[in-house]
Amino acid sequence: MQALYGQLLVGLINGSFYALLSLGLAVIFGLVNVVNFAHGALYMTGAFLAWLGLSELGIGYWPALLLSPLAVGVLGMVVERTMLRRLYQLDNLYGLLFTFGLTLIIEGLFHHAYGNSGSSYPVPEALQGGTNLGFMYLPRYRAWVVLVSLVVCFGSWFVIERTRLGAYLRAGTENPRLLQAFGVNVPLMMTLTFGFGVALAGFAGVMAAPIYQVSPSMGSSLIIVVFAVVVVGGMGSILGSILTGLGLGLVEGLTKYFYPPAAATVIFAIMAVVLLLRPAGLFGRET
Amino acid sequence: MSGPPGLQEARAAYRAGIITPGRKRAFFIAMALSGLALPLAVYPVFLMNVLCMALFASAFNLLLGYTGLLSFGHAAFLGSAGYVTGHVLKEWGWPPELGLLAGTAVATLLGLLIGGLAIRRSGIYFAMITLGFAQMLYFLAVQLPFTGGEDGLQGIPRGTLFGLIPLDRTLPLYYLVYAIFLLGFFVIYRTIHSPFGHVLRSIRENEPRALSLGYDVDRYKLVAFVISAGLSGLAGATKALVLQFATLTDAHWHKSGEVVLMTLLGGMGTVMGPSVGALVVVTMDNYLSGVGDWVTVIIGSVFVVGVLAFRRGLVGEALHFARNFPI
Amino acid sequence: MRTFASLLMAVALLTLPAPGRAAGKVSDGVVRIGVLTDMTGFYSDLAGPGSVLAVKMAVADFGGKVLGKPIDVISADHQNKADIASNTARKWFDENQVDVVADLVNSGTALAVMPVAAEKKRITLLSGPATTAITGEKCTPYNVHYTYNNWALANGTGREVVKNGGKTWFFITADYVFGKSLEADTAKVVVESGGKVLGSVRHPQSTSDFSSYLLQAQASGAQVVGMANAGADTINTIKQAAEFGLTPKQTLAGLLVFISDVHSLGLAAAKNMYLTTAFYWDRNDATRAWSKRFQSLPGNEKKAMPTMVQAGLYSAVTHYLQAVKAAGTDGADAVIAKMKAAPVNDFFAKGKIGPDGLFRHDMYLVQVKTPEQSKYPWDYYRIVKTIPAAEAFPSVEAQACPLAVKK
Repeated sequence: MQALYGQLLVGLINGSFYALLSLGLAVIFGLVNVVNFAHGALYMTGAFLAWLGLSELGIGYWPALLLSPLAVGVLGMVVERTMLRRLYQLDNLYGLLFTFGLTLIIEGLFHHAYGNSGSSYPVPEALQGGTNLGFMYLPRYRAWVVLVSLVVCFGSWFVIERTRLGAYLRAGTENPRLLQAFGVNVPLMMTLTFGFGVALAGFAGVMAAPIYQVSPSMGSSLIIVVFAVVVVGGMGSILGSILTGLGLGLVEGLTKYFYPPAAATVIFAIMAVVLLLRPAGLFGRET
Repeated sequence: MSGPPGLQEARAAYRAGIITPGRKRAFFIAMALSGLALPLAVYPVFLMNVLCMALFASAFNLLLGYTGLLSFGHAAFLGSAGYVTGHVLKEWGWPPELGLLAGTAVATLLGLLIGGLAIRRSGIYFAMITLGFAQMLYFLAVQLPFTGGEDGLQGIPRGTLFGLIPLDRTLPLYYLVYAIFLLGFFVIYRTIHSPFGHVLRSIRENEPRALSLGYDVDRYKLVAFVISAGLSGLAGATKALVLQFATLTDAHWHKSGEVVLMTLLGGMGTVMGPSVGALVVVTMDNYLSGVGDWVTVIIGSVFVVGVLAFRRGLVGEALHFARNFPI
Repeated sequence: MRTFASLLMAVALLTLPAPGRAAGKVSDGVVRIGVLTDMTGFYSDLAGPGSVLAVKMAVADFGGKVLGKPIDVISADHQNKADIASNTARKWFDENQVDVVADLVNSGTALAVMPVAAEKKRITLLSGPATTAITGEKCTPYNVHYTYNNWALANGTGREVVKNGGKTWFFITADYVFGKSLEADTAKVVVESGGKVLGSVRHPQSTSDFSSYLLQAQASGAQVVGMANAGADTINTIKQAAEFGLTPKQTLAGLLVFISDVHSLGLAAAKNMYLTTAFYWDRNDATRAWSKRFQSLPGNEKKAMPTMVQAGLYSAVTHYLQAVKAAGTDGADAVIAKMKAAPVNDFFAKGKIGPDGLFRHDMYLVQVKTPEQSKYPWDYYRIVKTIPAAEAFPSVEAQACPLAVKK
């Protein structure tokens, strides 16, 4: 029983990574209508920038938490402005294929520069160590991950669903022309939204750097799972992706307890079942 | 006018008289004949690999280019057929013709099962459901004892075709593979140009209208899916026979992505496009290995440039060129 | 259609392939070595470009010529895909006159290339792959398995760690054939040596989060946590084991860990871990001299010390070239006979290649140093024990290679 509690907590920790990443994907899909396959690569970029900052420039974890997502966001906006923008009027299949190609380029470049095994990023001093909860040993850094991602996720949800800025964003997806007529600069808004979405990926990358090995392939193993999370939650549903991310993290934790080898597959099985029963996902609107 | 740009271009070429029935016949005959002579000039095992992938991509294109369904799990059919064929040849000692049939049959059944569930949705959701099922199949391929896990099934015997032609020799094997490719290609071509194919296209262009005209849309989609899955299986079974092994690579989602790349690169919705795309991708795979870790960057750039600037694909661009600068 | 079919038959029968290599001294006037390895994937740091470098170094040290003919090295990336590996090897044999294929890290690619090479009568020199089947039930007459195999790793680490007091074990195992067989081999040795296996957990390949498996390992209370996985999976396991506070109380035993893994992990995370290796650069003067030369090669951009795969490959290629010289030909039959007849004695190892193709030599059980113990760059291992060849590798009988048993 004690072991079960431990697995559930660990599932929640993983779930908060899924939530952070799927939130970014959902924002981008919901507002820009692009299925961003490069999300995993940008997550990896965020982690790598944090590591490079530390080893080359001596920039520590705390500044990196801000600077690295910023850099990833700017990179995303440049890509959006110069290339991705041209695909908006087409089937969103092309956006998916474009970002798939982008993923290969980004991963290939990092691979060429830094090899495949990657490097270790130390846990910041203030967050080292951990507490014994009785049923498990909880590293302090993991607790921090859960806390921060919950704050960021629900903060983003609040901004998008409950503020005026969010209202513009949502209106932009419903009817961009009308919004443009009201004097809102819609193209700029979409650029910023895309930048924000990928910055979230970069942020998740920095959060992950002290836990996982920082390596070029760290994003590609995650992206497919995160896709499944977004689909189960309902493409474009902000709250749906957050809750599903946490929930599927828990389910995965349970699977690791009862039948570990299926842990990588259970999410896809759930995805297939959910889509057959509720085509728009758990939280999506039926169209 | 809707549909993939490659298909639009092909239609425009028809209207402009670039493609005429006579020219088409001449082209296909020339293609068939050059395929006969090719192994004398080019390395045959490489050619057979290209033919298998070309058949796979053409089968995929039947779904994406002509029915408008993007499957992101087609590797499931390619991979499972390879395993089944390998198993019946190696462990049960079946002759190659039955081995190929068994692989194709299993892929067809899988297609019926997965397709039956998946075609109820469309667009990005369809892609995700097929991906989900393919991932489950991949899991089975890792777990089931007969697949040999990550080592794969190795040393599959090629046997003797119809008890007459020993397939251990390269050239007889090549002509068998070539015949299979032509057969598969012919099936796809006939499907596209039959009344059935016209209904498929009308579904892709305007599903509600096709529905209101009284077509059982789901059934049409399912039949297309099953044909596509079966032919993908045939490609996988043939590949296992040629290379004498079946591995996880062919069941992995990377393969599902690769077939999208082939189709996109060659020209979605053109008859020849996927084969041209397969040729380019397999060639890159085989001949770029000398440039080391730049391969991924190069393939990625091809993707990006293709999507941004050449959405018609190689064949579509060629037709476009021919239309604007008639010879 | 009938005419078409008969046309096919006619062409098929007319153009019978006519292979057959000239049985002269050096075929086509060049001895060509093809390095087929993982240049970009999981194994690219432990083999990859470094393997190519090691082969080129061996050729240069040999003088670049054998029997008066030039030695040429070509290389390609098999991307860890069996089909690409076998296609490339076939093409090399048929079109590029490659005499020997070297490295083949990753067992799947090795098992795919070996039968092709045997069919074409060319030699395979394996340094990277691990499975014991290579010189067991799937052995071929033209193959040499040089550096290590699963059995050696499982035995070395399993037996010696139990002897050093690690009596109770828990396994974290990659859920595929390689991981499962590594676990089974090790568990057997642990039990035979008087230890006890308390449990195991299987994880899917390429998992990024190991926390739940580590919790189970922690809950088991075992003294030793054996990691029957490889590459990025092992690295993440070790890193997170430190995070979850396993390591002071429990000892990690890496069943397939390379010095490149330890280097990228850093000593803080990897300290005190036990592992078995065929080669450590800082073992004696000869290994140091060779390794420092390797490290300062112009092509070694990251100034990395050689892994056992790379060092083994240098030794294997040198041994091959000596055999060509002794045989007076590059014909596979004569060369492989010489390779198996002559003992190896160089900086890498001393020993003999068995009739099954397995090179049996000493292995070393090492423990990873703590950051305080490490005095200079790459000062990573303390050699705990030298495992003599007879104990380190399975006997010819135990391997049950059909070729060797018949004799």
